[in-house]
Amino acid sequence: MTLNEIKDIIQAEVLTCNSDMNMAVDKGCSSDLMSDVLAFSKPGALLITGLINETVIRTAEVANVKAIIFVRGKRPNSKAVTLAEEKKIPLLATNLPMFEACGRLYERGLRGSPNNVK
Amino acid sequence: MKLQEIVDSLSLEVKTASSNLTREVTGGYVSDLLSDVIANSKEGNIWVTLQTHQNIVAVATLKELSGIILVNNRNPDTETSKKAEREGIPIMVSPLPAFELVGKLYNMGLRGL
Amino acid sequence: MNRGGTAEGFFLLTGKDFAHAGVASTELKAVLEKMGVNHNIIRRAAIAAFEAEMNVIIYAPAGMMRYEITPDCIKVTVEDAGPGIEDIELAMKEGYSTAPDYIREMGFGSGMGLPNIKKNTDELKISSIPDVGTSLEFVINIKKE
Repeated sequence: MTLNEIKDIIQAEVLTCNSDMNMAVDKGCSSDLMSDVLAFSKPGALLITGLINETVIRTAEVANVKAIIFVRGKRPNSKAVTLAEEKKIPLLATNLPMFEACGRLYERGLRGSPNNVK
Repeated sequence: MKLQEIVDSLSLEVKTASSNLTREVTGGYVSDLLSDVIANSKEGNIWVTLQTHQNIVAVATLKELSGIILVNNRNPDTETSKKAEREGIPIMVSPLPAFELVGKLYNMGLRGL
Repeated sequence: MNRGGTAEGFFLLTGKDFAHAGVASTELKAVLEKMGVNHNIIRRAAIAAFEAEMNVIIYAPAGMMRYEITPDCIKVTVEDAGPGIEDIELAMKEGYSTAPDYIREMGFGSGMGLPNIKKNTDELKISSIPDVGTSLEFVINIKKE
């Protein structure tokens, strides 16, 4: 699924400039807790979160997250956006609650870390 | 839909208040930030989270949520379980990560709006 | 593949400085990437360093991180002047956390930090004196036998 398709599915706006909207992601990870993102996410995932501080961007970099979607109408500050642009991590934001955003993406084929499903 | 239906469909492990599974579920809410759940969840919602400490029971009681599902095989700690039994809040556990669990709940027809 | 270089670095960490939380570990990651170290090893080192750095920033007034990279391994030492860990074994349990509520509201303190470090490293030593501070050292091997 490309970021362009994701943007439409969850009615998101793009916050970073020069983002590669044709970038494809094949897994999703949703969490508001950074250590859990590090513990459970697989590299190359899309992170869906309501946390908007700069540490989210650095956590994403450490976890090799490909792109971040902020839910619940939250927007990170300009420092976080600049940091994400430097690190080439696209940021999107939607007003949808996390449940809706994840549900719609799952319905359209995005899955969580596939190897974790028991 | 009732909590029992969700428990059965998703093979959830029920940890507390198993007598309250006849509760009607009005929708889903997923968040690990308590202030957010307090502000935005709706009565009767099923709450999906990783948080296991006892504050989650207080929040669920306050917002009259139908139950709590812990993901990634997280188990409620002892204090949390005790409190949940006292308050009659069902806590269920799933091995799935939040994204997958929410997807399946969505597939069953639950919505977050 | 590691091209056999060496490097070392040092960072001062300031308590509650969330605006810069993660800078030390992302720099370590960048250094490892420049040295051509295997991606999986870089990921493990970055995650372990990040968690250690976050612990200092969340719980301590100040601390420091030092790293040494050789062709054989990555060694990271993190020391702080924080409250110390009363029961290290308990702290190593997934989900156990002493974080106050405001920390949880910022997305930290879910009790995965030390378990994450243990999971991603080959050797881990933690020593701590309550009310004095904590010293943590981990090693990740680069060369496989």
